[in-house]
Amino acid sequence: MHSRTRRTVLFASSVTTLALALTACSGSSSPESAGSPESLDAALEEGGTIQFWSWTPSAQAQADAFMAEYPNVKVEVTETGGSSDQTMQLQNALTAGSGIPDVVSMEYQTMPQFQLPGELLDLAPYGFADAEEQFSASTWDSVTDGDTVYGLPQDSGPMAMFYNDAVFSELGIAVPTTWDEYVAAGETIAASNPDRCIVADNGNAGFVNSMIWQAGGRPYAIDGETVTIDLQDEGSKRWTANWNRVVEGGLNCDMAEWSDEWFASLSDGTIATVLSGAWMPGVFEASAPGGAGQWRVAPMPTYDGTPANANIGGTGGAVPADAENPDLGAAFLRWLLTDQASIDIFLESGGFPATVADLESPEFLGAESEYFGGQAINEVLVAGIEDVGADWQYLPWQPYANSIAGETIGQSYVSGGDLNEGLVAWQDANIEYAERQGFTVAD
Amino acid sequence: MTAYPSLDTAAAVQPVDRRSRTERPKQRRRSGQRPSIALTVVMICFAVYALLPLVWMLINSTKTYEGLLGSFGLWFADDFALFQNIGEVLTRDDGIYVRWFLNTIVYVIAGAGGATVLSALGGYGMAKYTFPGKKVIFAVILGAIAIPGTALAVPTFLMFSSLSMTNTMASVIVPALASPFGFYLMWIFAREVPTEVIEAARMDGSSELRTFFTIALPMMAPGLVTVFLFDVVATWNNYFLPLIMLRSDELFPLSVGLQAWNLEAQGIQGGAVYHLVITASLLTVIPIVIAFLALQRFWQNGLSAGSVKG
Amino acid sequence: MSTAPTVPEAPPAARARRRQPYRWTGVWFVTPFLAVFAFVFIGPLAYAVYLSLFQTQLIGGTSFVGLENYLAVLQDENFWDGAARVSLFLLVQVPFMLLISVTAAMILDSARIRGIRFFRISLFLPYAVPGVAAVLIWGFIYGERFGLAGNVNDALGADIVTPLSPEWLLVAIGNIVTWSFAGYNMLILYSALKTVPTELYEAAALDGASAFRIIWHIKLPAVRGALVIAVIFSIIGSFQLFNEPSVLQTIVPNLISTHYTPNMYAYNLSFVGQQTNIAAALSIIMGVITAAIAYAVQLRGNREALR
Repeated sequence: MHSRTRRTVLFASSVTTLALALTACSGSSSPESAGSPESLDAALEEGGTIQFWSWTPSAQAQADAFMAEYPNVKVEVTETGGSSDQTMQLQNALTAGSGIPDVVSMEYQTMPQFQLPGELLDLAPYGFADAEEQFSASTWDSVTDGDTVYGLPQDSGPMAMFYNDAVFSELGIAVPTTWDEYVAAGETIAASNPDRCIVADNGNAGFVNSMIWQAGGRPYAIDGETVTIDLQDEGSKRWTANWNRVVEGGLNCDMAEWSDEWFASLSDGTIATVLSGAWMPGVFEASAPGGAGQWRVAPMPTYDGTPANANIGGTGGAVPADAENPDLGAAFLRWLLTDQASIDIFLESGGFPATVADLESPEFLGAESEYFGGQAINEVLVAGIEDVGADWQYLPWQPYANSIAGETIGQSYVSGGDLNEGLVAWQDANIEYAERQGFTVAD
Repeated sequence: MTAYPSLDTAAAVQPVDRRSRTERPKQRRRSGQRPSIALTVVMICFAVYALLPLVWMLINSTKTYEGLLGSFGLWFADDFALFQNIGEVLTRDDGIYVRWFLNTIVYVIAGAGGATVLSALGGYGMAKYTFPGKKVIFAVILGAIAIPGTALAVPTFLMFSSLSMTNTMASVIVPALASPFGFYLMWIFAREVPTEVIEAARMDGSSELRTFFTIALPMMAPGLVTVFLFDVVATWNNYFLPLIMLRSDELFPLSVGLQAWNLEAQGIQGGAVYHLVITASLLTVIPIVIAFLALQRFWQNGLSAGSVKG
Repeated sequence: MSTAPTVPEAPPAARARRRQPYRWTGVWFVTPFLAVFAFVFIGPLAYAVYLSLFQTQLIGGTSFVGLENYLAVLQDENFWDGAARVSLFLLVQVPFMLLISVTAAMILDSARIRGIRFFRISLFLPYAVPGVAAVLIWGFIYGERFGLAGNVNDALGADIVTPLSPEWLLVAIGNIVTWSFAGYNMLILYSALKTVPTELYEAAALDGASAFRIIWHIKLPAVRGALVIAVIFSIIGSFQLFNEPSVLQTIVPNLISTHYTPNMYAYNLSFVGQQTNIAAALSIIMGVITAAIAYAVQLRGNREALR
């Protein structure tokens, strides 16, 4: 039924796609779109209305700018309540077979969930592969699979260590560059005042995944219908060996991230470091105003002196395969994420870019942040991109896996016990889910 | 239920006095009993328990974000920012809060109002007529009260989806129109309408519908108000179904909107909104409190009849 | 909606067969309600049953599995974990809350305090607070750093009040529910008490009955019917517990699992885990359990009343 609707749209929009249209999707992991670079421009000329779902702050402004440039096209923006909310809504729409948007913002870790059952349009036929040079390597990695391009990057989240310089100076601790130094600093801080801590971590799934990533672990591998889940691989164990010192040693504050407690603790010197992504500065400025001037940015601590990094979070955009108007949707997506005017709007709202041009621009690198005491934070954040380890894969049900993190790995935090046990619990729950969903679990 | 007198007997003995039935007759009957300190203390404890969070909410709506994080919960901070907060709540995101408020009013009036009408018609029909299948219908409707919302949520969503009705106001209002408990209550009240009066109207040539509207309905008035108020609270509090039905924040009712702001405060776009969530909650509570204060005597008269018959 | 025009006016002789000529009119009255009811209850319920008999997998698509989902749910320890929790919650919270409601209703009715109207409204106000707002407010109050709990701990100098800890979390939730509904139930019971005719009290006074005997023999029986209703609704509410844990989950994610209550489990299975079929089976099982228990309470309550 859906391919019939799509075929109707394509017939109407472009004669040249006739032949390609007859080879519509079946079994391949990303349905062949019957498009070509020309069909994008044709769609823009013809105009129409498309639905764009996003939660990013700059979505409406970008849509408005687009409509100013292409008056034939109407973009209706639906501001959803956030990534998990939108994932749920999109899933519902796909199941019901109606109300499917034409363009969606989507976190990199959510993309495999829709990519695997072929629910994201392959944008390669439209010529999107040419955009590769525009983006940083790891973000491009997150939206492609071999020759298939199933999305475009919008922002990136290479990790960095944000630290409260005031606290470190007060206690006379040097800023740690290795994990051993980090743990030692943590012990000093805890000894000075038991209410203080070097970090507030309570088992957030994104954090755990990214830390394993940084340690060299690659716990998830998907190959067609076979999936491997190994949260006790070398990298995982490397991380737990390190981080157990923090958790079992009670060096972390027990509070939920993003809670009002947490924000207040960032402002008053209770928390000494935050290990997060390059999009974090905006959050500091908005929600922890009391900490202005105290914080600085440094590269992530290393295990043995060799720089290593990971991404955490990060959002891109995609076109659902069953969209009403895929050509026009793809055209909008192209403008949204590759046109400099659009990217500028995004940057103005405080985003951290994924485009190489912006990442390397002298203005960007030299920008001094008032909140971070005048430090040129982007230099540090951009430098972190090079060290992001390659070949990371998310699970095709990552949002679900994240939702059960609290009751599995989170329990290690609650009991202050061995993180490996929590990881094994998480692994087992994931394996069970995989089997129920019909995957073959290799191990 | 014969362990205590029925409403009819009580009504015959002690005429229903729509004004306060409590203080004056009581004092006459119980003269000689002084107020008990112990009981008063107990009630004061209950009242403190009930009012404490509301007082907390009131006090903390006056604080700014920083003030909120830094001050003692039950007393004011250095700043008084109540009007500033209210202003921020009302203008944030292009005044979406006002939109949510208006949405909620529409949902409530249409939903509760519609439910009351349907329940009144249905309860009356059930009480005053016989027709085949009546018992089965009754059992099914009562059984529906026990069905958990989640059993119906996904299928309702899928159904509405196939009709392209999701993310519309109708998707919130229509499910609220069938209130099994309202039906049950109206059936109770309808039973109280004396059949003789209806018969008399019939003999006078009045149509069934006219009899219903002009004769029975006025007699069922307390029940109508009870059911309406009950449904008002239910729809005002409605959270789960709108949560899954609605996508655009322009259609959210207050309950979903509040939680959305709460989540926003914790997201990557973390805005400092905790103080706004509190102030917004205050603004959400005030109108319904006023409504209840204004309508309380209808509510209580209706409740008494309903509870006795239940 | 047609009524009288389709029904000829009954001749005087037929007046003896009172309702007979009008039976289809009754149907017309009930139809609007039934139509909506069928659409929003029967329809989705039937669809839920249908869904529960299938299984949709990411790999493999949809297939008919009969009662397998029901078996899976009944063998799922997560389900029983949640079910046990709401049962425990029910057994503790409902009596505790109703005790408060009955006591408050009795005291109000006793006329031995002043300011009855003030107390009545004060206790009822929490019910008027929308559920989500109530949980948010209590969530703030429970905070150990910046909430009242924290302030109390600072004053006491020790970590005594920790509502958001694993041991006390269920109690904390129970408190929110009690706070929200005690006043409402009180009002129902109070209204029932109001219908007791004065002669009974006068007779009791003449007999020299003590306050306790009055309560035991007059007041408590008077509220029995209302109490049964209150209990039934509280049971249904407890089994359907969702709002409070769902909102609190953002504050204490490690303490509230995705299967904390059966309703939460169904919700997460459907909307996060994409396992709508199992969720449908789960919801139906919970619905049956809830209905059975509510019915049993109703029977028991009525039997007591008829004694």
